[in-house]
Amino acid sequence: MKQNTLTILLACCGLFTAAQSWSEVPQEVLEAEAARVDVVADASASTLAVFGPQGGGGGSGVVITPDGYALTNFHVTQPVGNALKCGMSDGVLYDAVIVGSDPTGDVALIKLFGRDDFPSAELGDSDQVRVGDWALVIGNPFLLATDFKPTVSYGLISGVHRYQYPSGTLLEYADCLQTDAAINPGNSGGPLFDAAGRLIGINGRGSFEKRGRVNVGVGYAISVNQIKNFLSYLQSGRIVDHATLGAVVSTDSEGRVVVADILETSDAYRRGLRIDDEIVAFAGRPVRSVNGFKNILGTLPRLWQVPLVYRRDGETSSIRVRLAGVHSAGELAEKLKKPVVQPNPERPGPEGPAPQPPMPQPPAPKNRKMPPVVAAHFEAKSGYANYYYNREHQRRLAEAFSPYRAGIASEGDWRLEGTFTDAQLEGPVRLDLSADRGTIDLPHYRGRADFSGPLFEYLDPPETGGLLVTLHLWQRLLQRGIEDFGEMQYLGRMPAETGAELDVLQSVYGGVEVRFLFDPVSGQLQGMEMFAEEEVDPCEIRFADYRAVGESQLPHTVEVRHADETYGTLRAEKFTWGEGIDR
Amino acid sequence: MRIKRTIHATLALLMLFGAVSTACGRSLATQVDRVQPKIVKLYGAGGIRNLEAYQTGILISADGHVLTVWSNVLDTDAVRATLHDGRSYEAEIVGVDPWLEIAVLKIEGNDLAHFSLEQAAEGRVGERILAFSNLFGVATGSEPASVQRGVISAVTQLKARRGVFQTQYAGPVYVLDAMTNNPGAAGGGLTALDGRLLGLLGKELKNRQDNTWLNYALPVDAVRDSVAGIIAGQPQKPPEPTSIPVRKPVDLPQLGVDLVPHVVDGTPPFVDAVRPGSAAAKAGLRPDDLILFVGDVLVQSINDLDRQCGQIESGNTLLMLVRRGEAIEKIELETESSQPRRPRTGESLR
Repeated sequence: MKQNTLTILLACCGLFTAAQSWSEVPQEVLEAEAARVDVVADASASTLAVFGPQGGGGGSGVVITPDGYALTNFHVTQPVGNALKCGMSDGVLYDAVIVGSDPTGDVALIKLFGRDDFPSAELGDSDQVRVGDWALVIGNPFLLATDFKPTVSYGLISGVHRYQYPSGTLLEYADCLQTDAAINPGNSGGPLFDAAGRLIGINGRGSFEKRGRVNVGVGYAISVNQIKNFLSYLQSGRIVDHATLGAVVSTDSEGRVVVADILETSDAYRRGLRIDDEIVAFAGRPVRSVNGFKNILGTLPRLWQVPLVYRRDGETSSIRVRLAGVHSAGELAEKLKKPVVQPNPERPGPEGPAPQPPMPQPPAPKNRKMPPVVAAHFEAKSGYANYYYNREHQRRLAEAFSPYRAGIASEGDWRLEGTFTDAQLEGPVRLDLSADRGTIDLPHYRGRADFSGPLFEYLDPPETGGLLVTLHLWQRLLQRGIEDFGEMQYLGRMPAETGAELDVLQSVYGGVEVRFLFDPVSGQLQGMEMFAEEEVDPCEIRFADYRAVGESQLPHTVEVRHADETYGTLRAEKFTWGEGIDR
Repeated sequence: MRIKRTIHATLALLMLFGAVSTACGRSLATQVDRVQPKIVKLYGAGGIRNLEAYQTGILISADGHVLTVWSNVLDTDAVRATLHDGRSYEAEIVGVDPWLEIAVLKIEGNDLAHFSLEQAAEGRVGERILAFSNLFGVATGSEPASVQRGVISAVTQLKARRGVFQTQYAGPVYVLDAMTNNPGAAGGGLTALDGRLLGLLGKELKNRQDNTWLNYALPVDAVRDSVAGIIAGQPQKPPEPTSIPVRKPVDLPQLGVDLVPHVVDGTPPFVDAVRPGSAAAKAGLRPDDLILFVGDVLVQSINDLDRQCGQIESGNTLLMLVRRGEAIEKIELETESSQPRRPRTGESLR
């Protein structure tokens, strides 16, 4: 047919030019078309066809860094296991490994191997997306792409900030984008791009009711801004959890969003939030409806501290609340052992999880051999998607932190002398720390703690949440380093009150939980939080004014806070350790 | 895009092609934002089996008249109407038209953003559209309705019969190429890209014989008089059959072109005779001309030519290229003909 067309066109030379001039297309149209062709080409290059190790399963994905980190849906990776195969539009099939999972948000982070120059998608800002914007869905619907060249569909953004209730127990889609670009089985995990080719979401769900499991012009994508919040958590190799405020909100008769119920053990309660308080803003976004509140909460990771503004009797208050996990410790891992409930395919509800391609799933044999490159980057551990990456981040932080503890002996007593200031007074302070006990001589109080037993028994001085214990753990970190402190876990990054993102290491030691907050670039220890018990306020320390002490660098300002109050600030003038301490 | 349409009011196909390309990349967010305040989410009776308890309506007066479809959702005293910004009202039923299956509701309000049925536009085949609806009830509270885009595939009569697109409504419809008629979408607004109202999204219609669903909207012309009657409190009567003209595809014999007998599949489209005084004669078409192109599409056989003409609405100038001897001639055929129409098979478009 094409051949025929060409022959006739050539035969009638005059005709050819005539036809050309008729279909004169304005230059701007041609330019817009060419621009879109370029966007599609670029966007397709970073899109993945995701398969299990034996080629089973199937879905889509998108590369987000040149060294091969890629996003897909949790419900795509979960059935196929930890080793994956990913096809790209260059026709090459790459090995990949699971890095981190977010079962509630239906996101998985994977890492591809074999290149350090993978084409990668630029992350957009999904909060800037407007209804009526054009969008591209790229992926592997119906697993058509046997040569891994992805399928492109085009459409409008139909809705933004949509909330889709959890299906079963997991897979909540909060603050998601809705598009009429076709999303079909196999598109799961693939990218939603804006008209300029920036990644704005990960496709994973559709509304299906009585028309079978194919596109009805109503697909949903997880917003990329939610994924940005979770990215460092996912890179930690953990199975990550979403957050809860510990309060139930509802709309009252006047249409205000109010606290209907609140756990007295929650951080929000300790910060002063009570039943009937009106929620005005949360995490920096205004709250206008219950869904709006759920949308914001659904995009936040467990343990983040975020601002909350509430109104009571016409008075507005601002607090920072720590978010607890949706699931209790171990509950998430336990849930994942059970197969995710698949809705009856005859009657998939509108909240049904994203389409699963009708491919036979090979049973997952326990001892299946991983490709060597994947095996070298995988370490199974309970509570983790892939402990290898958590270990890597601990190693990275240990390396960055090592200059700060240069020359510090792995054991021995410490003495710190200087001044203590609080709102009322200023006076000399002396801190003594040894392996089994600590004392602090404050201008108004002499505190002591015994470190030989469980640490939560000595929360001295009062109103600090356990300052001596916290400083004891700080000493231990400096003396032994991250490597030998004890069992450590890298959590990811969290925003500090200053807005800066800090790397967080967590450990449970001596019966207390401690978090160390590091500057991601310099490796400097910026702060600590020590929780003597669950559901009580921690002792919080902020370190500043780092100066050389011998070979090491030590903070000369230590600010102590507890339960919304600043306890005081220690300014160090003299560090002494080991033999030099005169008892 | 509309300017382009006026300039290139030549070939329906060419026009469509140009329109698609230009609008791409340019966001429709501004137009969408202007329409959203006129869309209403309706909540009423239902919620059992396959009967949703929600649908859509459109504001048609500043003081709160809402046009929607007549359905089970309205079968209650407590219909709630929620605007795009979350304001929610009790809606009272003003009246229904059982033949058109439409209803007019009333909410409290004045100075509300609304569509004017008087100023609504007429949709054409190939026109790009936006569909606004409360599909699947996904937009709750202050969330605006969902927006989808598509093209009017046909303007035709809805011929419903038992089991096949079963409905009371028998009249003109816009058939759409997008999945616009989802649960809850009925009563939603169909607009042109510039936000002018074209029609009202219809109820879900399924053909039980082949399990296909129809995506369609009722043209404003088909409901305008009835709505005015309901608001004026006049009793409803069955509508006059076919109230808007349906454009036909180009019909060459009717334009005075007789082709050579269609003997085999590949018969080339040679003109056999041209009726004197016909549009074809005026355009300068002659016997023995070989039709090569219709618009910018190559036609290699009578089959191709028929198929091509069947996709073009009459009412415009049709450009053709013909071979006459060794020369190539350009023919501009006016397809709006004063000749009496020959009967065709059925009323629907091909």
